[in-house]
Amino acid sequence: MTDAAMTPESARPTKSLTHEDARTKKRNASERRFRAYGIAAICTGLFFLLALLAAILSAGLPAFRQAVVEVPFTMTQEQFDEAEEAMLKTAIYTDYFITSLSDTMQAEGVQIEFDEDAVDRLLGKVGGDLRAYYRENQDQIGEQIGFELAASSRVDRYLKGTFTRDDLQSGNRFFMPEDFDLIDAMQEAGLIKQVFNWNFITGVDTGVDNPGGAGIGASVLGSFFMMLVVLALSLPIGVAASIYLEEFAPKNRFTDFIEVNIANLAAVPSIVFGILGLAVFIQFAHLPQSAPLVGGLVLTLMTLPTIIISTRASLKAVPPSIRDAALGVGASKMQSVFHHVLPLAAPGILTGTIIGLAQALGETAPLLLIGMVGFVARYPDTFVEGFLEPNSAVPAQIYNWAARSDAVFTEKAWGGIIVLLLFLITMNTIAVILRRRFERRW
Amino acid sequence: MPVFWLILIVLAISAVGFVVGRRRALASADGDSRNLHSLPIYYGSNAFMKSVVPALGLMFVWLLVQPLFIDNRISQMIPEAEVREGSNIGLVMSEVRRTADGLENAVNLSLIDDETAKNARIELTDITQRLRDAGQVVTNQITQPVLRAAQAYRAMSQASNLLMTIAVLIVAALGAAWGMMEGQKAFRARNTVEQGVMALLIAAASVAILTTIGIVLSLIFNTIEFFSLYPASEFFFLLEWAPSFSGRGGASSLGIIPLLWGTLYISFVALLVAVPIGLFAAIYLSEYAGPKMRSIAKPLLEVLAGIPTIVYGLFALLTIGPILLSVFGDDGLGWMQGQRAVLTAGLAMGIMLIPFVSSLSDDIINAVPQAMRDGSYGLGATKSETIKQVVLPAALPGIVGAILLAASRAIGETMIVVLGAGAAARLSLNPFEAMTTVTAKIVSQLTGDSDFASPEALVAFALGMTLFIITLGLNVFALYIVRKYREQYE
Repeated sequence: MTDAAMTPESARPTKSLTHEDARTKKRNASERRFRAYGIAAICTGLFFLLALLAAILSAGLPAFRQAVVEVPFTMTQEQFDEAEEAMLKTAIYTDYFITSLSDTMQAEGVQIEFDEDAVDRLLGKVGGDLRAYYRENQDQIGEQIGFELAASSRVDRYLKGTFTRDDLQSGNRFFMPEDFDLIDAMQEAGLIKQVFNWNFITGVDTGVDNPGGAGIGASVLGSFFMMLVVLALSLPIGVAASIYLEEFAPKNRFTDFIEVNIANLAAVPSIVFGILGLAVFIQFAHLPQSAPLVGGLVLTLMTLPTIIISTRASLKAVPPSIRDAALGVGASKMQSVFHHVLPLAAPGILTGTIIGLAQALGETAPLLLIGMVGFVARYPDTFVEGFLEPNSAVPAQIYNWAARSDAVFTEKAWGGIIVLLLFLITMNTIAVILRRRFERRW
Repeated sequence: MPVFWLILIVLAISAVGFVVGRRRALASADGDSRNLHSLPIYYGSNAFMKSVVPALGLMFVWLLVQPLFIDNRISQMIPEAEVREGSNIGLVMSEVRRTADGLENAVNLSLIDDETAKNARIELTDITQRLRDAGQVVTNQITQPVLRAAQAYRAMSQASNLLMTIAVLIVAALGAAWGMMEGQKAFRARNTVEQGVMALLIAAASVAILTTIGIVLSLIFNTIEFFSLYPASEFFFLLEWAPSFSGRGGASSLGIIPLLWGTLYISFVALLVAVPIGLFAAIYLSEYAGPKMRSIAKPLLEVLAGIPTIVYGLFALLTIGPILLSVFGDDGLGWMQGQRAVLTAGLAMGIMLIPFVSSLSDDIINAVPQAMRDGSYGLGATKSETIKQVVLPAALPGIVGAILLAASRAIGETMIVVLGAGAAARLSLNPFEAMTTVTAKIVSQLTGDSDFASPEALVAFALGMTLFIITLGLNVFALYIVRKYREQYE
């Protein structure tokens, strides 16, 4: 009939659903490749997340542990009287301690020679601690008690493996090569143990000369006061602005201008808000530098767009029938909003606020510009001082530590990050729970 | 009187206004609220509002204007000779303020009595030492004119504070009285209160405008001051960034080009990391992944966006840097000198940006109508061919918008570059070298000890202005593209 029908079997292109030809093979291969790229991209992203978490945990967790040396110690009444009558009282206490320490180690079968200076280098001023304790607790005299003494930061790092014999430079006054042997001996005798480092949670920052004693407590309080300011200002202002824009604003130039402003402010780099804070709050209004109040004001301006955007979304989610019903029974427009729409939107508003606060809590750059770095933070004495006295904040404190070269401070910085992330995780979890529990689908 | 107490007293007056206003209204309606125009609470609120709002408003304005006014008056008192060489009136004024604070503290601690504080003369009393004893940081010996100015400053502040307290209390009382007088049954209290609330709502909405104005003004004024001290042509075209730390003027080279180059280079590296990963992740999540995988992988990726940037900064400095150094450093290929480099900061920033690119692209790819895909399948295209030839071209404007938003984020990012990128400004193509960025220099110029009037500090505002304009431009452009694209399908 046609030429095609006449062509011999072999010349006809062999197309079959069961048999892949070369081109189909190529297309399928490219399909598989494309899929693999996608999976690889997601895996890379998740790998980065894992690597980040692993780095934080492995480097930061040691900051929460601290080596202590526990020595069983008995003080007799005669020893106490003798020491109190002596001229150099603490020196005698130190001698008692050294005797007790070497006795304990001998009992465990460990032989080592060491002197007062070595104890001083590893454990600090033991004599003073002992004397203070027994003067406070005279009834403990004659009883055996286990004394826990915090080891110096270098001992800590040696035990954690970040400070080895090779790292020790000759001529280091604070650490001698033989100290390593003493640490090993004490460890062999089972005297060294790891305890939770409460000082890191409650303490204040220290100067560069005492990295081991630095804690994050005061800056947590600084952050807390800042968040109070942010909450007290951004929630009412944000909600009021959203109510106006969502419920009342007429469609005109002014409203459009506000909307454009909010959208753009949400994308302004945080450092620019820092410049604003420096120029307006500190240079112009002469508010105290480094104060949580100023930090809170700057962070409020930064958080407002976030809160306004999420509040407007939750106001928009309340169906118009609610408003119509309220108007129908004689409420004014204002009453319908405040009595009916706002309570229904509250869970959503709260969720958005918590997420905005979490963002503000982690923000660092603007705080650097208003001066919340570079000094030793301390606990405020009164509530009002908490807002006005210079203080640090958690992220600023982390930056401060990271900028110092000492490896102990680096560890503290990672530890600080764990504290910061714990706060963020808590806040976000609360937000998620609130959303799950109270979210209504209309 | 401390402001805190003043606020409490004003609130107390207003509370009285509330109670009395409500009572009067009810009394005028013979105790039956049905005879009132509005609910009783509105009559109270009316009095409360009329008392609190003007009083606190007045206090706020007064507190803002008072320092300006006093500064102006005091600075006229300071003789020309007192402004030393290389100094300026602003520095002398801050010394006057410090001295005045010191006097105040010393009186509070009763180290000196009020009479001495008012009349002390430099020759007769060692006032500098006494202020130091009171814990005030006094840098140099206080001179007689400064002391006199400080005494005047203190006196004026005290007088002004007293005046403010009286004025605010009078306004609060008058407002409360006005509100109370209006507590009559025919008065339309609800309408008045609602008008007031509306005004407050509008004021709150205007905070966004005020913030923008604040940003723009603080940037513009300081930038103009900078350009009056330093030639604009050098700032924009000089290829060198070398601020002097000690000397004033002349010695510094403050060219923005090396900083812009560092910023753009690091952002480019970051986008090189973030765009392929983010885009492919978005494609896979929206086109291939099942609902289960989506519900796990998407939130996990978005966790990356919730991590504070200081964490990425530390990660760059202490994890990525050492790893790169062990591969490309002297022990490895020998290309890298230190941990801080363009690559270090760029990689960390790239990781941070992945969720920005992926979430935005995901939304945009999902917005492409299913009919377009079905058409492509109907013609025999495979899934990947459909994505490459139909979905991506359709979503392209939106994806470009997402990438631009990510780029603006990268350009404005501060903590990662402060910790990871280094401090030296360089014009170089080598990604293993340390470079610095606009944001990092804003931080370093404003956190040092240099005084705010020097060009070395003021340059930070010019840098901030540049940064603001660039990021704003990118954002507006990106939003424009995204919006324009969306209109095609809705």
